[in-house]
Amino acid sequence: MTTKPNTAAMAVSAQRRRLPRFLTPTLMVGGGIVVLITLFGLIAPFFVADPNAVDNMGMQPPSAQHWLGTTQTGQDVLAQLAWATRGSLTVGIIVAVMALFLSAFFGILGGYLGGWLDEAFSLFTNVVLILPGLPLMIVIGSYVEQRGLILIAVVLAITSWAAAARVLRSQTLSIRGRDYVQASKIAGERPWRIIAVEILPNLLPVMSSSFVFALVSAILGEAGLSFIGLGVVGTHTWGSMLFYAQNGQALTLGGWWWFVPPGAMIAALGGGLSLINFSIDGIINPRLRTAPAAARTARHAQKEAAAA
Amino acid sequence: MSTPTPDPASAAAADPAQHHPSAADLAASAANRELVDIEHLRGDDSPLSQEPVLTVSDLSIEYQVDPPVRAVRSASFQLRRGEVLGLAGESGCGKTTLAYGLNQLHRPPARIVEGSVTFHGQDGHDVDVLGLHGADLRAFHWSRIAMVFQGAMNSLNPVISVRAQLDDVFTTHRPEMSKAERLSRSRELLDLVGVDPDRIGAFAHELSGGMRQRVMIAMALALDPELMIMDEPTTALDVVVQREILQEILRLRHELGFAVIFITHDLPMLLEISDRIAVMRAGQIVELETAEELYFAPKHPYTRKLLGSFPSLTGDAGDFIRAGYSDEETR
Amino acid sequence: MTTLTAQNIHKTYTLRNGLRFSKLQAVKDVSFELTAGRTVALVGQSGSGKSTIAKLLMQLEHPTSGQLLLDGRPIGRRGAALTAYRDDVQMVFQDPFASLNPFHSIGHHLRRPLLLHGKATAKTVDARAAELLERVNLSPAASFLERRPHELSGGQRQRVAIARALAPGPKVLVADEPVSMLDVSVRLGVLNLLARLQREEQLAMLYITHDLATARHFSDEILVMYKGEVVERGAADDVILNPQAEFTRTLLKAAPEPGTNQRFLAEARRRGVPMPDHLAHREDQ
Repeated sequence: MTTKPNTAAMAVSAQRRRLPRFLTPTLMVGGGIVVLITLFGLIAPFFVADPNAVDNMGMQPPSAQHWLGTTQTGQDVLAQLAWATRGSLTVGIIVAVMALFLSAFFGILGGYLGGWLDEAFSLFTNVVLILPGLPLMIVIGSYVEQRGLILIAVVLAITSWAAAARVLRSQTLSIRGRDYVQASKIAGERPWRIIAVEILPNLLPVMSSSFVFALVSAILGEAGLSFIGLGVVGTHTWGSMLFYAQNGQALTLGGWWWFVPPGAMIAALGGGLSLINFSIDGIINPRLRTAPAAARTARHAQKEAAAA
Repeated sequence: MSTPTPDPASAAAADPAQHHPSAADLAASAANRELVDIEHLRGDDSPLSQEPVLTVSDLSIEYQVDPPVRAVRSASFQLRRGEVLGLAGESGCGKTTLAYGLNQLHRPPARIVEGSVTFHGQDGHDVDVLGLHGADLRAFHWSRIAMVFQGAMNSLNPVISVRAQLDDVFTTHRPEMSKAERLSRSRELLDLVGVDPDRIGAFAHELSGGMRQRVMIAMALALDPELMIMDEPTTALDVVVQREILQEILRLRHELGFAVIFITHDLPMLLEISDRIAVMRAGQIVELETAEELYFAPKHPYTRKLLGSFPSLTGDAGDFIRAGYSDEETR
Repeated sequence: MTTLTAQNIHKTYTLRNGLRFSKLQAVKDVSFELTAGRTVALVGQSGSGKSTIAKLLMQLEHPTSGQLLLDGRPIGRRGAALTAYRDDVQMVFQDPFASLNPFHSIGHHLRRPLLLHGKATAKTVDARAAELLERVNLSPAASFLERRPHELSGGQRQRVAIARALAPGPKVLVADEPVSMLDVSVRLGVLNLLARLQREEQLAMLYITHDLATARHFSDEILVMYKGEVVERGAADDVILNPQAEFTRTLLKAAPEPGTNQRFLAEARRRGVPMPDHLAHREDQ
């Protein structure tokens, strides 16, 4: 930054003006939910009892000793929930990061370089896109005995990057043709630098949006797999909790404290991330963001006109 | 124009060295045949009368954002029947806002804060345009004042034929017309604007930009408006097509006698087609004069600046730009 | 003396529509020569192939046949030879709202070409960038360096784009409709700037435009293009005042020109005054 005082003052005032626009209520609520859940998954496992410790007290409702009650085998639900939160989030983040890299690689590189490489990448992306996700996961899941967290994450990532790659490709195609990209070519920039410095920043909103979407769908996908018994073995996740609750007939025995907490966590995280996604959409497409405000202004103007 | 123009036949014979394909020649000469001097169309028998068709007084329009922006400040003028009024100004000067406000086509947050617009109908009745609402306003829009927008040719519906779109205008505004009447009137309109009536079944994508703009003008003319407001109707078109459209507008005005408010930043073009020109800057009409007066004796410095921004094609300003003086422009 | 020569260049695009291919001849057999200190104007309507020629000169596309020579030698297409070519040949784009990356500061747009072409080191780059801004009359330059494109007006952006094109120290400048997207009152300012820079640097300039009036006053030679071909070429005044090709005449007839309008000529006689030269007013403003 320059040390010129007027520029600095301008930057500050610009920031002050810009900040509230991005911090919409939607983003604050969504971000708040996600941060709380993340903190729970990060910190709580250090403070809770052993989630696997069996006790012959059986399934008990919430009490002072077990805040969220116990499972059929007397395991503490709160402890399981803490570890499951960590497990589910881990899966989600691994998948989202992998999907982001895959989609960026195939989408941006293909879109920018064009030619036969783009054709090949597009074909591959389309093939992956039409792979039916859940059946494929079921097939792989039932084929492999030792289903570790990484394996499940890889399967989920492979089936979830293609849509984002197509979006990134079309965005890259449109940005590639813009004059400022041509201008930096003429200035003599190398292709990788054009992609990284000129194109990528303009794709950030789209990429963050698809990252959040991949995170949500990975957590939901993992929950679905676990629920049908094909999820991660040996790690607690929200899906595996629901799977054991279903096996332990929690529903028929009225053990709501066993299946409601993981269900609520999935719903809350999905909702929170979706809210974040909405506000990212608003940033990408200002019309979506300003639509409510514009409607308000219009109503206001009409009222004043009527009064006048 | 007084550029030396030997007649086409002898010219073609004179330069056999030009061996470009005949298709180019044909297209060029076809366009050429249609281009006539615009002043020819603005002859002494111009339909201009002294009777007013629109009176605007102290019209102010504000964008009610925070803080409010005055886009138009106390605009006043009177438009006479059959007159072409040019509205010149640069981007953001409020000329489009003014045009929309005249017709109550402005959208919130724009709001008319004061002033009045009175339309003097041919039937002798005055209409307070700003007092119109709902169905009255809609009926007024198309039948008394019609608008042609910038890039209007792109607002034709791509999945409906020209015929259906023209038909729509009549079914909405003239429900008493029969199907046969609607068709014959639609064909007549296309003929009027120089589009082959047999192309009435065409879709937007089958027509060139100039053709589409002509169709839009035909639609605007459908209900015999007394005033046409045209907002940069030719800006997106190539210069030859632009010329043809301008000619068409002037010819139609001659035949049908409607008044025109023509909005553009292209002052030389306005000078050629307008009776009077209003120059707008920062929401204000800074000068409103006849085209001749504006050209020979511009009063406002901004008018002089605008006039000075267009080098003359045939004038002797040849070395002027390249002589180079210090650029005062740092805006 | 630097010269960039185009010899019989053709450019044909292959268009794909599903499995069907068709050919579009964008440029047909065009030759011209750009020499130091001279401006050649390329005039034509949209789709006449004039922007394709700009792309060919900038090596964003390559001609289907024919060749480009810089100082008599075929131009380098890759590696160090391409970099050297870009040192010498630069371009100003039509739309200053599209040619600057909204994500980056003005400084970024100037520092990169300076560094890439070895015109500055990391230490001197800011000072050099500021000098460039001063040269295009953007001052105080330091206040512009950290600003983003959207904080500038159209005229200012185009000046930045010109500064960027000057950064590598080019000998040839291609200006593709450099003022057509600008407000009318700032157009002449930008054209004057280009003219001054050309004089100072003895640039060879290709001025691409659809505006015949500025083409005439701004250039030495005019090439009129129609559907990919040059239909007329000659000294600027000859082409405008004594056009030979049918198409040039059509273009000239279509250009608004109050100065030759009978109505205004009659008015001048009535008033007993000569036709005004409005450009003369500019000086005393």
